[in-house]
Amino acid sequence: MKNDALVSFEGVVKRFGDFIAVQRMDFEIAKGEFLAIMGSSGCGKTTTLRMLAGLDAPTEGVIRLSGKPINDLPTWSRDTPMVWQSLALFPFLNVIENVEFALKMRGVGKAERRRRAEQWLDRMQITEFAGRNISQLSGGQRQRVALARSLVVEPEILLLDEPLSALDAALKVRMQSVLKNLQRETGITFVYVTHSQSEAFSMADRVVIMSRGKIEQIGTPQEIYRTPRTRFVADFLGSSNIFTGKVAAAGDGVVTLDTPSGPLKLASPDASLRAAVGQTASLTVLDTKTNLAVTPRTGQGVNAIPVRMIGEEFIGATATIYLETREGQEIRIQKSHEELANLPLEIGREFEAYWSFDDGHLVMEQ
Amino acid sequence: MSATDTANINRNRAIDVALKVYIVLGYAFVFAPIAASFVFSFNSDRFPSIPLGHFSLEWYQAVASDPLVWQGLRNTLFVGVTVGIVATALGFGAAYTDYRYRFFGKQIYLALALLPPTIPVIILGLAMLAYLSRINLSGNALSVIIAHVVICAPFAMAIIRLRLSQMDPDLEAAAWNLGASEWAAMRHVIVPFAKPAILGALFITMAVSFDEFAIAWFVSGLNETLPVKVLGFLQGQVSPRINAIGTFVFVTSMSLVILAQLLLTGRGQKARPAADE
Repeated sequence: MKNDALVSFEGVVKRFGDFIAVQRMDFEIAKGEFLAIMGSSGCGKTTTLRMLAGLDAPTEGVIRLSGKPINDLPTWSRDTPMVWQSLALFPFLNVIENVEFALKMRGVGKAERRRRAEQWLDRMQITEFAGRNISQLSGGQRQRVALARSLVVEPEILLLDEPLSALDAALKVRMQSVLKNLQRETGITFVYVTHSQSEAFSMADRVVIMSRGKIEQIGTPQEIYRTPRTRFVADFLGSSNIFTGKVAAAGDGVVTLDTPSGPLKLASPDASLRAAVGQTASLTVLDTKTNLAVTPRTGQGVNAIPVRMIGEEFIGATATIYLETREGQEIRIQKSHEELANLPLEIGREFEAYWSFDDGHLVMEQ
Repeated sequence: MSATDTANINRNRAIDVALKVYIVLGYAFVFAPIAASFVFSFNSDRFPSIPLGHFSLEWYQAVASDPLVWQGLRNTLFVGVTVGIVATALGFGAAYTDYRYRFFGKQIYLALALLPPTIPVIILGLAMLAYLSRINLSGNALSVIIAHVVICAPFAMAIIRLRLSQMDPDLEAAAWNLGASEWAAMRHVIVPFAKPAILGALFITMAVSFDEFAIAWFVSGLNETLPVKVLGFLQGQVSPRINAIGTFVFVTSMSLVILAQLLLTGRGQKARPAADE
């Protein structure tokens, strides 16, 4: 990892007056990876990107690009082009002049400039708009111009700040695949800031989840989805049912948690958890791994709690059933229509929610 | 339903007509004296009276043959052009400072920068005369230029500041991010973006200087500008030559202002964006 790290953040802190935007950040970005930085607004994700671009300077710590510290390098001397949320296309230049801009600033000759810009227009499939004004383009076309404008210098790294937020849903999905293919073909490292889970998880090789200026978890989308490291992450993803309680017992590969819904168990080979007895922790289980039955289950290796149905929602091929435990906690179950066909779904009806010990995941309270 | 359709609903014809009449009367009130001066400048009679005499260019010929008028015109043009350039440059600097930086006392900075036009011109003129004569700068074209820049620069600043406030705040940073140094971004992004406003400010400040009389009267000394010359004529005798000069000055100023207006509003009428892909 150390060798192929393109960017490293070492103890980076950013303060604006009394406000701490980013607190002690340590992580690396590998060469050629698609990294998404995700979090709700104000979590410091855009500040992180701006520090990397050289638009904000870190208050403390060092940012390295290819091993060299770049803290004091002004943005115009870095090769870290950014695609802006507002796109920030130059309205007084036409499409091809926008794309040529960075080359012009680098003193590339006129003919060479035009040739390289045309290549990128072609690659982004916007050659026919070369002479148009920016105001005559649609949202998706502007997006492509913004990408071409940043990529024309063929940088090692491309920074993207919520570039798809202004597009409608269908176009968003289309641009996601454009971006992903572009990243794969060029091998350029993409750092993609977003608040959208679907964007981050569908495109990125690794995802950084941030909250209040801190990194909560870094990992592949699968890792984060299956094994959230903190309760915040589990909550933020919103795809797990979470039961919080105290660790009652641990050992023999099984951890027991005392929760308001009764003792719940999960399988964990981690022997060090014996020391955690008495501490607060949460059990998370994916809503797709949570099952529903009419009759109470008392099988081996299964947690079961009585619930009452309070609502349902159909989205495409899957349905989400909303239920409530006796203690009033809402839980969710997501299944395909086929899987639910045998259940007498009816609001107000009592069911039993159950899941295997193996599907439970433990998150210690921090 | 388009905006024009909406506007046509619930319109009362009587109110409609009344509003139009009101506008016509308003313009008539403003422009009637100028129009009268315009008409009498082509009238052969010595005194402005109805009925009119026959059409004549004699007053224009009289004006054109007066070397003092030419001298005044040359002064006015030289002062106007110089003031336009200097005031626009200063105004741009002040507007950009306001756009780019946040600093302690910025409100005071802005208030001071916009203050000069609110000072009564007589007081400003007197103060200028007293100050400039003390540092041996009074009584020549340079003194008029200095005095006019003081009152014109705030107009230039206001115009350019308005344009910069319409700029996407990411635009300049995007230029830096694409490899433009601060000077390059200024030249290739800020100035092109503000260009209509910069030209507008140039023409308006020229027009203001071209028309300005009171301060010029105090500080111009022997290098009189045209408006000061007009006063000289008035003090000597009432002559239709004044109408001729007045018409000329009015047409020139209005051309500059209209040109500025076209530049400032032209950018607003952009082509509509295309439908999404």
